[in-house]
Amino acid sequence: MTEDVAIMIKEKTKLSAAGVNLWFGNKHVLKNVGVSFSEKKVTALIGPSGCGKSTLLRCFNRMHDLAPDVRIEGKLALEKQDLYDRAISVTQVRKRIGMVFQKANPFPKSIYENINYGLKINDVPAGERQGIIENALKESFLWDEVKDDLKKPATRLSGGQQQRLCIARTVALRPEVILMDEPCSALDPISTSKVEELIEKLREQYTIVIVTHNMQQAQRVADSTIFMYLGEVVEAGNTSDIFNNPQKELTANYVRGHFG
Amino acid sequence: MMKKLSPVIEWFTLLFCTGTVLSFLVVILYDLVVKGWSTLSWRFITALPTQGMTRGGILPAITGTITLTLVTALVAVPLGIGCAVYLNEYAPDNWMTRLIRGSIRNLSGVPSIIYGLFGLALFVQGMGMGTSMIAAGLTLGLLSLPYIISTTEEALRRIPASTREAALGIGATQFESIRDVVLPSALPGILTGVVLTLSRAAGETAPILFTGVAFYITGSSGFLNQEFMALPYHLYMLSTQHQSIEEVRPLAYGTALVLIIVVFLLNLTAFYIRYKHSNND
Amino acid sequence: MKLAARERLDKLVKLVFRTTGLLVIMILGGILVMLLWNTFAFFLHVKPVDFVTGTQWNPVGHKARYGMLPLLVSTALVTLGAMAIAIPLGIGTAAFISEYAGKKLRNILKPLIEMLAAVPSVAIGFLGIVIVGPGIASITNQANGLNALNGAILLAIMALPTIITVTEDALQALPQTYREASYGVGASRWQTVRKVVIPAAAPGIIAAVMLGAGRAIGETMTVLMATGNASAFPKGFFHSVRTITATIAIEMGEVPYQTTHYYALFAIAAVLFLITLLVNLAGEYFVNRYRKYQVA
Repeated sequence: MTEDVAIMIKEKTKLSAAGVNLWFGNKHVLKNVGVSFSEKKVTALIGPSGCGKSTLLRCFNRMHDLAPDVRIEGKLALEKQDLYDRAISVTQVRKRIGMVFQKANPFPKSIYENINYGLKINDVPAGERQGIIENALKESFLWDEVKDDLKKPATRLSGGQQQRLCIARTVALRPEVILMDEPCSALDPISTSKVEELIEKLREQYTIVIVTHNMQQAQRVADSTIFMYLGEVVEAGNTSDIFNNPQKELTANYVRGHFG
Repeated sequence: MMKKLSPVIEWFTLLFCTGTVLSFLVVILYDLVVKGWSTLSWRFITALPTQGMTRGGILPAITGTITLTLVTALVAVPLGIGCAVYLNEYAPDNWMTRLIRGSIRNLSGVPSIIYGLFGLALFVQGMGMGTSMIAAGLTLGLLSLPYIISTTEEALRRIPASTREAALGIGATQFESIRDVVLPSALPGILTGVVLTLSRAAGETAPILFTGVAFYITGSSGFLNQEFMALPYHLYMLSTQHQSIEEVRPLAYGTALVLIIVVFLLNLTAFYIRYKHSNND
Repeated sequence: MKLAARERLDKLVKLVFRTTGLLVIMILGGILVMLLWNTFAFFLHVKPVDFVTGTQWNPVGHKARYGMLPLLVSTALVTLGAMAIAIPLGIGTAAFISEYAGKKLRNILKPLIEMLAAVPSVAIGFLGIVIVGPGIASITNQANGLNALNGAILLAIMALPTIITVTEDALQALPQTYREASYGVGASRWQTVRKVVIPAAAPGIIAAVMLGAGRAIGETMTVLMATGNASAFPKGFFHSVRTITATIAIEMGEVPYQTTHYYALFAIAAVLFLITLLVNLAGEYFVNRYRKYQVA
């Protein structure tokens, strides 16, 4: 599958991967992957466990850098910028491409400090932080629930609140892209719908890539969907096409729940 | 009949084992407290020894042990935590790192007297420090290193990868993630290990035997380049080497009691940190 | 701080940590080098065969003798004696804590065991002089009770916390299903402990014994204070002995730098190092054995 799968010609490509191969030791995990994500759209990455969708996601903000024994080939780019250019700062990459993880991972600090920390290390002037924090919490629909108790340890929030705090922490830094790695897999249905509502709102400003196991969720939130299987991209296209009119047999079997 | 009786006998056998083990602790504490109590006084812990150690107090031994423990901490804590951070956060996970980790674990089983020999060969003679507080502190520091490295690594390993990723994900450098997130989260575990290790070091005798401890020092024992007195060695000398052993037995009991109080206080501090932390989770 | 400065700091700190790590590893490796170097120097003066098989240790006599057998046998005697006392007591106590004691009692007993472990060796040695020694003396009608038996009792006390903790750990690591299966076929609690739990936890118990023995072999102050330190070839539990550790402690203070005698003490230290290393490695091997099936 070497042909270019970027079919959204009308839209501006924000984030892309071309000819990406990745090995964990001797295990070939991503095989010649080419994908692109349009600006200010939500793209879902779906596929059975172990298909490499989370691995691909983590390539974009260079989360594999610290892991031993990982080898990456190919080109990953944010607009025209090569993300693995030797001259580029990985810290800067991660600030521009934010990430929300599978399990909410707030810092063991207060709610306020959870957001303030990123601002502090990224050199945001102290005078501006208060406003940014308030705004980020509002954007994440968390403000009303926590505004009276910003000093409370973040670990005492509920699971859904913690995940929204992690999103607030990310948006406070005004990234260009937000990567979400199964953000709702540990949440109950009510928290899940709140996070989805939040994604709905964030799409106005951010390019969002979301890995999900939940096919209903992909259909609810994503403009485009990419189906991966055994480390390869099988099919990419509009979400409705992928689910209602898949071109490949494998895709059809997966979205109809025959495996995975 | 036997069938009904045997579970009771069996239960008593195990209870007897446990009771015997506990009785060791009780006997040690009871004997030291009962016989040492009468010696213990404000004068005993604040006065200098007089009349060939048969009268007076043990102040220089107390200050010597405290200073020695501080020197040990200054050597072992930064090096030990630094080494553990290197092994757990920076070192590649390969056979070399595993070999180093295994060696460090085995070094904590090396008899303490061998550290004493090493301190003698390296610090006292090799580096020309002579028998001194600094040579003994460095020796005890080396003895403490493997423990501090192992306990710190254990504390660091308990911090999940997701915590590190959280910091990196918002654009923190690796150092910032270690300084601001990883180390603060691991701090209670690290502190517990450090305090327990120091309590062990404070009670050690063999490694300081030939590296700096002395039975009697005239004047202050506070200087790094001088020999010093220490509680464990003082107890050893009073109970085995003094010319009038029976006469100084009360002093020996008093010294033993003070030593064990110091060690237990450090242990209680460690238990407290651990207890408080386990309640916060 | 500006981004470039932050990244420079990050690189610098990484370098500092790596240097610290490698420095520590080098220093600790230096211990081994030091032992081997001085042992090598010793063998330039004394034949290894005489060292290993000689039955006399008399470095300051008219004709100096460096036979380490008496020291080795002394160490073996007190260690075996200590194990004979500590193994049954330790396993019994661990079984009681793990299988019989309730949660509350366990939370009291375990810190008490840790307290016993915290008692400095010199305080245990003192106890040997003032309590165990006179006790043995009055039973055996000897002048004092400073002998191998005294040392063995004290070393047992020192090894017990290790044996209890590791054994208890191994018993706790057993899947509950083992016990349920045993009760299921009508076995009593005692039968379950003896026929199922302890055999299944055997690797862990062997590890406990090894680690406890390692501690006893390397212990200096207690044996130095309680065993009388006669350098003659050991005759039995009721006689005075002199272990490897005690010999180093007694003689190192008085030997001139870089003499044969000086090197001899490093050579016996190297032997001691080797023994404790082997015992601890064996212990670790068995610990890994029981950890493995705990995961499975």
